[in-house]
This record gives sequence, C-alpha cells and structure tokens, in this order.
Amino acid sequence: MRRDVSGWGRFPRIEAEVARPRDEASLRDLLGRGPVIARGNGRSYGDSAAQPKGTVDMRGFARMLEFDATTGVLTAEAGVILGDVIAAFLPRGWFPPVTPGTKFVTLGGMIAADVHGKNHRRDGSFGRHLAWVDVMGPDGTVTRAAPGDELFAMTVGGMGLTGVILRCAVRLMPVTTGWIRQEMHVTPDLDAAMQVFEAAQSQYAVAWFDCLGRGASLGRSLVMLGDHAAVADLPAARQARPFEVPLRRRKSVPLDVPGGALNRHTIRAFNAVYHAANARKAGASLVDWDRYFYPLDAVQDWNRIYGRKGFAQYQVVLPLASARAGLAALLDTIAKAGQGSFLAVLKRLGPQDSRLSFPMEGYTLALDFPARASALALLDRLDRITLDHGGRYYLAKDARVSAETLHRADPRVPDFRAARVAQNMAGFASAQSERLGL
Amino acid sequence: MSRQVTLLGARSDIALACAHEFAAAGDLVTLAARRAETLTADARDIELRHGGTVTLREFDALAPDHAEFVAGADLPDVVICAVGLLGDQTSDERDAAAASAVFRTNFEGPALALAAYANAMEARGSGVIVGISSVAGDRGRATNYIYGSAKAGFTAYLSGLRNRLAKTGVHVVTVKPGFVATQMTEHLDLPDKLTAQPAEIGRAVKTAVERRKDVIYVRGVWRLIMGIIRAIPERVFKKLSI
Repeated sequence: MRRDVSGWGRFPRIEAEVARPRDEASLRDLLGRGPVIARGNGRSYGDSAAQPKGTVDMRGFARMLEFDATTGVLTAEAGVILGDVIAAFLPRGWFPPVTPGTKFVTLGGMIAADVHGKNHRRDGSFGRHLAWVDVMGPDGTVTRAAPGDELFAMTVGGMGLTGVILRCAVRLMPVTTGWIRQEMHVTPDLDAAMQVFEAAQSQYAVAWFDCLGRGASLGRSLVMLGDHAAVADLPAARQARPFEVPLRRRKSVPLDVPGGALNRHTIRAFNAVYHAANARKAGASLVDWDRYFYPLDAVQDWNRIYGRKGFAQYQVVLPLASARAGLAALLDTIAKAGQGSFLAVLKRLGPQDSRLSFPMEGYTLALDFPARASALALLDRLDRITLDHGGRYYLAKDARVSAETLHRADPRVPDFRAARVAQNMAGFASAQSERLGL
Repeated sequence: MSRQVTLLGARSDIALACAHEFAAAGDLVTLAARRAETLTADARDIELRHGGTVTLREFDALAPDHAEFVAGADLPDVVICAVGLLGDQTSDERDAAAASAVFRTNFEGPALALAAYANAMEARGSGVIVGISSVAGDRGRATNYIYGSAKAGFTAYLSGLRNRLAKTGVHVVTVKPGFVATQMTEHLDLPDKLTAQPAEIGRAVKTAVERRKDVIYVRGVWRLIMGIIRAIPERVFKKLSI
C-alpha cells in the first residue's frame, strides 16, 4: 500500500509502497522485484528507512525467541522494540549493553545503524555485543553471520543495505538495580567540558551544552557521568525492590507547533531555564534508568515541536586531534547564525574500526535544526567545517548531506559500495543510499 | 491469584494482544487455533516476556461439536473468542461458498464454541465469556454486510447469552472494536484517528473482564459514530454510501 513515510525528523516525507510481511515466505516474495529497504520503528531521523518502490515494515517480526539466563544472551526477531527488552529483562537483572537515546527503536534498526550510547568509549557500539545476525539476502536465502564473517562486518552499521536483518542474538549486560549513580558537572565552557570527559572513569558520559548562549555562556555545559548503581547505593526503602522505579507519566505534544514558535529567543530562553534547573542538581544523585537514558521518551511525539515541516539533526564525529578546534568552529558558526538548537549533545567516542559504522575515536556532536531554508543553508556551512576537521556523518540521523560531501568525509564509502555490488546486494536501497551513492 | 485464560482463534492479532495483556498480569494462557504448532514461537515470546507457561491446543471453530474440546482441558476462568474472517464483500456477493464461510466463521462457529463454554461455566457457576464482535454488526451497509450481518448475529447471540447467564455468576462481554490495525485489515487504508492498535484492544478486554462490563467499544468515538449511523432513517440510509 502507498503511504507517506518519514523518519523521526519528519523531513523529508516520501511516498512509498509499504508492505508488512509476517513470515519469511511473504518477505521473500517482496525481494527481487525492485529496490527494497527494511524499516523498523521509524526512529532514524531522515530517509534511511524509506524506499519509494519498496519499504518493508519489519514490525511484524517482533518475537523474542530464546533467553539464556546464565549468559544473558537474548535471541529475538528484528522488529522487537528495545523498550520491551528492558521491560522483560531488567526485572531479572539484565540491561541492554548499548542503548541509543530512545527505547522505541527496534533491534534490527540498532544493528543496521550500529548505534552507540553514552558508554561507547568503554563498551563500543551495539555490534560489539552481538553473537550473530540472521540476514535474508537478495535471493531470499537466510545466512547466519557472526563476528569475523564478511557479511557480519558489512551488516553491522550497513544501514540495511546488505539484506534484511531477521533475527539476532545479543548479550545483555548484568545489572543489580534499575538505577544510575549520576555525577553532574556544571562547566563554564567547552574546554572544561572536554576536560571532564577526558578525566571521566565512569561507564557513561554525556554533555548537554548551550550553543546559543552569548559571550561567557557560549558552550556552558552540563556533563552527566553515570554508573549502574549497586543495591547498597539505594536508599534503604528501595533496596528490597531494586529494579522498581517510579512510574513516569507520558506527556504528549498534541499539535504541530507553528513554524515560527521556535526561534533564537525562545530557544535561548529554554536553554537558560534548562541549564539553571539542572545546574541545581550538580553533584551526585540517583536517577532511574528511564529518566537517565531516555529523558525525551517521556514526551510522546516530541518531534512535533519543530512544526509540520519537521527538522534535521546534524550529528558528526570529529577525530580526537582536531575535535577541540572543530567543535569551536562549529559552535561559533551556529552562534553567529543565531540558528538555535535545543539540547546540543556532546559525547566522547572510543576507537572503532568498521566498514560503515559511525563511531571513531573523538567527539560527537548532535544538534537539531528546523527544516527550513535558512537552517539547511547553515548546515551546508557546517559541512565545510566538518570536512576541514576530518569529521564523519551519522547516517541514521542524516536527511540532507550531499553525496559529494559524504564521499569526501568518509573514504570507506566507495569500498562499501563496491563490496555491495560485488555481492549482488544493490537491490537493497533506501532513499538515503540512492541520494548518497552508498 | 492467576486466572486461566483461553483464547479461541489465537492466531489473530487481537487474540495475541489479549494473551500478552493477561500473561503480563500473571495469568496462565492457552492459545487455541488451527495448526496450533505454528504458534510455538508466539507462545515462547509470551513466556519470555511475561514468565509463566503458555499452552497450545488444536482448535477448529467450524468443528461440529465443541463440547469435547471444552471437556478436554481444565475449564478456564476466562474464554475469549477472536475467531473471525473478513472476506471480500464484492466477490462474496456472488460466491455462495465464500459468503457461507464468512457467516459460519463469524457467527456459527464462535456461537457454538461459546455455547459449549457457557454450559460448562453455568454448571460450575462462574466464568467470563468474551466475544470479539464488530461495529460492522451495528447496521448493515452495502460495503460489508456479509461480514456485518454475521457479526450482528454474533452480537445478538452474546446479548442473549448474557441475559440467560446473568443470574448464574457467568458474565458475558461483547467487544466491538472499530478499525484495528491487524493482519485482517492490512490491505485497507484506515484513518489513523479511528484505528486502534491490537494492544489497545488487549488492554480494553482485560479491563472489561475485570470490571464486568457488558458491551464495550474500544475507542469511545465509535459508540458515537455507530449511534449516528443507527439513527439515520432507513429511507435516507439506503441511499447513502458510507
């Protein structure tokens, strides 16, 4: 059936033929007739999971298949939602080894984008925790790929372009509570924030910073370090039920916010309030897993605050050596343009060697911009700074980069493309891969 | 205390959503369907997510006699019948065998299966019977009256059963989902605001069982819509295309 499909950013919108198979036979029937791409829960931001001629909604494959309570290995179908994994296994003492900033992603999407979390420096990306992946290839045969296999290396981070991810086995991480010991550092500028990252010994680290502040408040940051709490860290009243956390009321955005409502003034005001509210929480505190990892999940459809035209997220990683200079140049350009972004997020990534995955050692910056002409023009200027500093793009967030920019930024792209062609995988194609020549 | 809940027509998305909902509350679930062994992965999924053990039973809604099926296992506390077949109105109008299958699958089979449960539960003096009917049964319309008339029969049957059993301790719930995003409706272009997800039906059914509701519309707006549709005089209604 033809439907309008878009990513979480609601930009661009693509009219696509969407099918929702329930079993391997009906999935196989969809292959070989034209380009197809698998789609999970639609949480990539741009056009990664849309193909006008054949978008395959994989949420019909959403069963958990097996769990080994001694090793923590969960076998599940690709359409299983991460939040359901947490709901099922956190009460038994297991947590995802890597999680992105929303729990409403599918396991298949997490593999395709090889997502990272706030613990990349210590624990790597999601792909590092997989025992195997089942992939349906162009001729409909299913191959089990494990670390060391060419297909595994290409599929993890391969944006669904190697075949349809059907199932996986992932090693969950043992935890003893549902709480995080958070240590909040309030830093006056980017240098101080980076010093906190470099000195951090914690499992998790993430910073929110203000990219619209003026003068001394430019780059002021809240750096949040975190570790899984032990039972002894909890207040006595919670120790008997260490996995229970307070219920969160879900709020929603009932309407698209009118286009002009987000401007430099309202965002500057929001950032000031957010900063002040959180700076009071400086120091140590206990935060439950849901509030710590998924603060935005509490607001259903928060993507509507950017209005009907949607928004574009700009996420790049800059290598360690040029990160300081590159980040400063990016922030300076954004501040001068007065094009605000809520929640500019900074993370420190560790080394990673992979075929197309996003992470490399350095700093990653993520910013949201409304999808209007002035902001998109600013992003083109940011591209030049990213290229000058050896930066790389996160395809799961991208909706607008040019093929030329991507190929200059990421020398792995032509090799990946050539390997796809050589292995007859070119029939798996998204609007994004066609735009970027992947 | 955990309840025993049996789902008839368990392959349907609505039945599976109900199974998850009850299993999450600690209830013991039995999935009954044709080719029950093909539900093994779904049963395992329910066990992994919610704990407990799920039982599979071979069940054919069109079998001539259901008393034997009912006697073949412990009588559950709750039985939910989600057996249904949408059919294709246009071709079924000229295909008696296909229309008969729609009538039998939506009315005769479910009614006779629940009759067997009703008799056993009446003898025990307790139990809840849930029939998944449809708003399509509220008034016959040109676009779906074969399915709709069978559901109308099923709705009337449930109403009569509720009346008969009212003083016996056995409760009967009629569920009238509007549009639901399921396998059955996948090929239809349904309006988002009127279309429920199967999980919503699951939650609504569990609440209805616990609060001993008689008739529920899953999205409240459907009560209003069907109220209006029922109120239109036949002289006018027959000329409308809705």
